[in-house]
Amino acid sequence: MLIKAIILIGGPQKGTRFRPLSLELPKPLFPVAGIPMIEHHVAACAKIPEIKEVLLIGFYQQNEYLLRFIEDMKRKYDIFVRYLQEFCPMGTGGGIYHFRDQITLCNPQALLVCNADVCCDFPFSEMIENYRNNCLDSNGHLILGTEASSKQAPNYGCIVENEDTHEVLHYVEKPETFISDIINCGIYLFSPSIIDLISKIIKDRHHSLPFIVCNNRELSEEPTQLERHILTQLASSGKFFVHKNKGFWSQIKTSGNAIYANRHYLHEYHLNNSNILAENGEEKPTVLGDVYIHPTASIDPSAVVGPNVSIGSGVTIGPGVRVRESILLDKAELKEHCCVMNTIIGWNCSIGQWSRIEGTPADPNPNDPFARLDSDSMFDEDGHLTPSITILGRNVHISPELVIRNAIVLPHKEITNSFQNAIIL
Amino acid sequence: MKALILVGGYGTRLRPLTLSVPKPLVQFCNKPILFHQIEALVEVGVQHIILAVSYRAELLVQELASLESKLGITITTSLEEEPLGTAGPLALARKHLCVDSDPFFVLNSDVICQYPFGQMLKFHRNHGKEGTIVVTKVEEPSKYGVVVYESSTGKIQRFVEKPKVFVSNKINAGMYIFNPAILDRIPLKPTSIEKEVFPVMSQNGELFCTELEGFWMDIGQPKDYLIGMCLYLNHLKQQNHSSLYQGSEISGGVLVDSSAKIGKNCRIGPNVVIGPDVVIGDGVRLSRCTILAGSRIQSHSWLNSCIVGWKCAIGRWARIDGVTVLGEDVQVSDEIYLNGARVLPHKSISSSVPEPQIIM
Repeated sequence: MLIKAIILIGGPQKGTRFRPLSLELPKPLFPVAGIPMIEHHVAACAKIPEIKEVLLIGFYQQNEYLLRFIEDMKRKYDIFVRYLQEFCPMGTGGGIYHFRDQITLCNPQALLVCNADVCCDFPFSEMIENYRNNCLDSNGHLILGTEASSKQAPNYGCIVENEDTHEVLHYVEKPETFISDIINCGIYLFSPSIIDLISKIIKDRHHSLPFIVCNNRELSEEPTQLERHILTQLASSGKFFVHKNKGFWSQIKTSGNAIYANRHYLHEYHLNNSNILAENGEEKPTVLGDVYIHPTASIDPSAVVGPNVSIGSGVTIGPGVRVRESILLDKAELKEHCCVMNTIIGWNCSIGQWSRIEGTPADPNPNDPFARLDSDSMFDEDGHLTPSITILGRNVHISPELVIRNAIVLPHKEITNSFQNAIIL
Repeated sequence: MKALILVGGYGTRLRPLTLSVPKPLVQFCNKPILFHQIEALVEVGVQHIILAVSYRAELLVQELASLESKLGITITTSLEEEPLGTAGPLALARKHLCVDSDPFFVLNSDVICQYPFGQMLKFHRNHGKEGTIVVTKVEEPSKYGVVVYESSTGKIQRFVEKPKVFVSNKINAGMYIFNPAILDRIPLKPTSIEKEVFPVMSQNGELFCTELEGFWMDIGQPKDYLIGMCLYLNHLKQQNHSSLYQGSEISGGVLVDSSAKIGKNCRIGPNVVIGPDVVIGDGVRLSRCTILAGSRIQSHSWLNSCIVGWKCAIGRWARIDGVTVLGEDVQVSDEIYLNGARVLPHKSISSSVPEPQIIM
């Protein structure tokens, strides 16, 4: 069986909640646990023999980051990755339809479609097994679902299933009221026949919607979304089934979510691939819990790092520095005795001696097994910034002895005063 | 000669420190507040010190016994059963103050300055009237009661409470010298020396004042305690005083008790006081703070604008700021941030206090 993998990476107009870090780099390439967010997807695909090629669909301009990523994937995983660029945002369904010839090339028997901003264990083998048994002969489709608390479920796509057959009876994207506590994980195994369905839906929409012209091609004004326009039609067709995910799953919407995802992927390394993680030893810094350190990073042996820290290439960490629950991006410099907690330090930032950079984690309630990250807005009802992970954009320089708490600092700033609960433009 | 020191009550404004130690015994620049005054008084020949207290001060009396023998003086406490204001304690202590016709000193116990007792005595004897008060210059006289006086003689004309228009920038510094005759003006009941006694004396032409040179601070609350500490250390620095600590890691006026230990790669100062048996770890940054006896600050911590009480333990990478005051035996965990916290004695702090708060 041949399976084509598709990762829907969106474009610069998407993922704005990931700013200021997505101002610099396409969000899907933001490093989590030392590698780009979607490299985790590609690595999981590379373990599946039926997958020979991964297609990235989105509307980012082709750029050096994407080119380098594609080359890296070939080198590291021996898998072909190609980027298919939409000429303007077409929606996730529209993009798949537009590139239908590329997708169906070599006659795959299934299409594995993933959103870029999900973080999970990628249970592809189990899904494929399920697909083989229940969908392959009948041109059926599978959606990965997971349970959420009834309070949070309406923030996601909600799936109502037949509990015996797991057929999807009803699908609603972000309903106003409670429908079901099974939510869409943004990972699907479609029969290639989905292309015909998308085609029919787009044509129907074209008849009912005004046209616009974009790069001399016709396109309905509203892009066709997989969730809103396609899944809703698939439900109760008798050919759409939910595959329940038992493992970890989370979205990465805001840059603060990346800290939560980072912790999960580091834990996964710990279980399956622990040689990637840093170890304690002579002339090495003290490592607590799961820590990823890029081989080119230079860390003083008197520093203490971890748990749940990822350190990028060319990072310099001075004597007596403390880092926990944080991501340090390439070429950041942490000077003597500074303390960094629950923070993302951007590329080329520097932190002065004895400064303290601290955020507030927004982890789901650990006592509720079905609790998910809240995707609430950045501000509370009174207009105050909700305490969150602290983010320093690229090339931010923090003077010595300051405290920066629950703050978001946009790129290229010199900070000479302490700040709390603020966005610094 | 005699001196009456108005010690007063429980020192609630300096809590949580005064929950463990009576206010006059709280160390200021490595010496109890009261000792600064007593030593300066003894230098000008005072031999009998009367402490006007309004609570049972057994601990205070015990502590002072050794000072009595060391300095060869007598220390008496005069206990108010009910609050008597700022003048009433003089009437209460009448029997001690009237033993001879010598003038006597009266001090508020919270005042820190270069005590001008010799100058006061000389000035007082010169004008020969009933009383002399010390005045000090302030930047914002509208916050205080100011003293208007004849600059050539120091004869006080009047007192103006919180003036709206500028009349003077000199305020009462809380240090006086009086002839025993003043006691005839004070009844044994709650009386304010500033509001009820001084205005009458100045009308009678019996009250003079002399201006204080150098710094002055009422250190009755933590914010002012730290300001007073900076002024005091700055004064020592200007004098190039031999008690100041020297070292490559030191900048500005720093006092370190000889029994304290300081780790490697610290940066200390300006304006830091480190008490007896304090242990400072490696890579610690201290500025504008007092660390009281027996406390331990672990490596890489950063402390500014704070008073760390006796026998406290501060973890690694802690950050303490914003006029935080830790009571006796407070434990602060690693990586904690305290901003303006007032922590009562014997507490363990394991989560940050980013906004000013009292930790019971």
